[in-house]
Amino acid sequence: MRLDFTTLRLIDVSRTFGRRRALNRVSLTVEAGTITALLGHNGAGKSTLLSIAATLLQPSSGRVEYGDRDAAAGAAALRARIGLLGHDLYLYSELTAAENLRFFAKIYSLDAVERRVDAALERAGLAGRRDDIVAGFSRGMRQRLALERALIHEPRLVLLDEPFTGLDEAAREALRVRLRAARAAGAIVVLTTHDTAAIERLTDAAVSLVDGRLAA
Amino acid sequence: MLNKLFAPIAVVAAAMFAYAPFLILNAPYESTMGLVQKIFYFHAACGMAMFMAALVSGTASAVFLFGRKPWADRLAVAGAELTVMIGLIVLVTGPLWARKAWGVWWQWDARLTSTLVMWLIFNAYLLLRRYGGPGSDRLAAAVALFGMANVPFVYWSVNVWRTLHPKTSVIPSLVPGMRGPFWFCVVAFLLVSVLILMVRTELEKRREELDALYLAAEE
Amino acid sequence: MRAFVRAVWIVTRKDLLIETRTREIFFTTVFFALACVLVFAFGFVREGRPVEDAAAGILWIAIAFSGTLALGRAFERERHGETLRALLISPIDRPALYVGKLLGILVLLAAVEALVVPLIALMFQAALFDHTLLMLGLLAAGTLGFAAVGTLFAAMLVRARSRDVMLPVLLYPITVPVIIAGVRGTAALLQPEADEPMARAWLAMLVLFDVVFVTLALWTFEPVMTE
Repeated sequence: MRLDFTTLRLIDVSRTFGRRRALNRVSLTVEAGTITALLGHNGAGKSTLLSIAATLLQPSSGRVEYGDRDAAAGAAALRARIGLLGHDLYLYSELTAAENLRFFAKIYSLDAVERRVDAALERAGLAGRRDDIVAGFSRGMRQRLALERALIHEPRLVLLDEPFTGLDEAAREALRVRLRAARAAGAIVVLTTHDTAAIERLTDAAVSLVDGRLAA
Repeated sequence: MLNKLFAPIAVVAAAMFAYAPFLILNAPYESTMGLVQKIFYFHAACGMAMFMAALVSGTASAVFLFGRKPWADRLAVAGAELTVMIGLIVLVTGPLWARKAWGVWWQWDARLTSTLVMWLIFNAYLLLRRYGGPGSDRLAAAVALFGMANVPFVYWSVNVWRTLHPKTSVIPSLVPGMRGPFWFCVVAFLLVSVLILMVRTELEKRREELDALYLAAEE
Repeated sequence: MRAFVRAVWIVTRKDLLIETRTREIFFTTVFFALACVLVFAFGFVREGRPVEDAAAGILWIAIAFSGTLALGRAFERERHGETLRALLISPIDRPALYVGKLLGILVLLAAVEALVVPLIALMFQAALFDHTLLMLGLLAAGTLGFAAVGTLFAAMLVRARSRDVMLPVLLYPITVPVIIAGVRGTAALLQPEADEPMARAWLAMLVLFDVVFVTLALWTFEPVMTE
């Protein structure tokens, strides 16, 4: 039974770490087929918010709803519909590009694994490098591969943590193109960044976090 | 404010400790060891208190891990600190007694070895909580749980290992005149343990309330 | 059930793929084990002949020390690139993830032991293979017990501070029964008149330990890994 949803809703979500309040009663609704940017300086709580939306972190109070489902119910089925790309890229540098994609495709129990791997490599522009070890890739190449890895299971909710960092303009444009394609396919895209220039003409909405709170 | 049982228990425990030396002094002398044996009353009582504290910590850790109850974590920490503290008393008084009574500082028998291993495990628990960074409360809870599950195995394996070697010491079975003072001291130490647990969990609770106040003040 | 086994195999296969390609952990662990054996040999060899029971002790200490190292290195791979996070966010069953990693470690340690154990037999003139089946049983059950607890703890510590030193500090006290059983079982087999019933008794205890602690690890993996 495939779980699906068309909205992500954060309701009064707070998260504290001992004495530090990372998020303070954040409420946010994001719809399918949109790209939302989460802006804010370092330490404003963007990564924490993303981790909570990804079900990796529990909120200290408040709740998260995926469609009409609460986060707690249907955990594994929910995770199958979420794609996360963190700063560390989540790639095995000892494996080749194709092996990385193949491994995660199998983890997500996808069908037609080889076809999907080929398609993902095409989209990343890495078809010619499929059997090269990731450790030898440049930052831009890794980023492209990591993005395709995160999207290989066609997730409904796409979460990206600072995806534009360290990319040149050509790579940034390629990323924008890819994200627009995901949006057109109906995904809920949320990305964090502290660079407003990078997301010009890309996002449908932008919210700012200041010290864990949504700025007006 | 502390549980209202604290004051009455404290009074009773204090009274018991005040009376204990008299009981111990008047207890019969052990035939071979004489005066030295009397350390046993506190040593063995501490041993029982230590195992109780470890059991409390291990069980509370399981409740915390699977039930996520915050009070369980407070109790687990308190129990672990108590285990280490009383364990230190056991591990110091034991060799002191053994040296005088049987000429050796340490012996690798089942009881001593499992006490030492247990003590090391709960030290590791505290180290993990202190130096492990965020999230170490749950990690430490797993350690306490594994530690508790481990004790029967350590005891059994050392027992079997040691039966192959001659025993050079025998914990004397209790002469009737000694049983009274022995159980008296056990109860006294158990009461003190309960007191310490109460105070320590209260301290943990205050810390959390303080954190909450800091957070509220930032609003 | 089939999905569980499939998930386990995917994880184990990936680990074995990486290891067969680089062989990094395998080689470094083998040489570390040999270095251990050397150091201990100087401590326990008197007048060119090993002290009684030294071979058994040195064998299991080498397994414990090099096993700890291998565990640390194996999870360091998952920490680099934060791939453990990617696995935790995937729909894969958490216990399957644990078993997958455990099997990978076991294969690695088996390969290391296949080299180191015969070398110890040689260097200490210890007739370790006169009772091959029992010896293999002890090695298998002991390594499983050690690795079962070690995999859980190493996974637990991936994001903790001071993880390098915390792993042995946590692991050794809890695996004391494994060491005792392993050493005494091996020593029983090395006696001039090998004490097979004794070795079998120790093997039985190891198997019980394995059952209890693998079960405990499967239960606690999920709550311990979620933040």
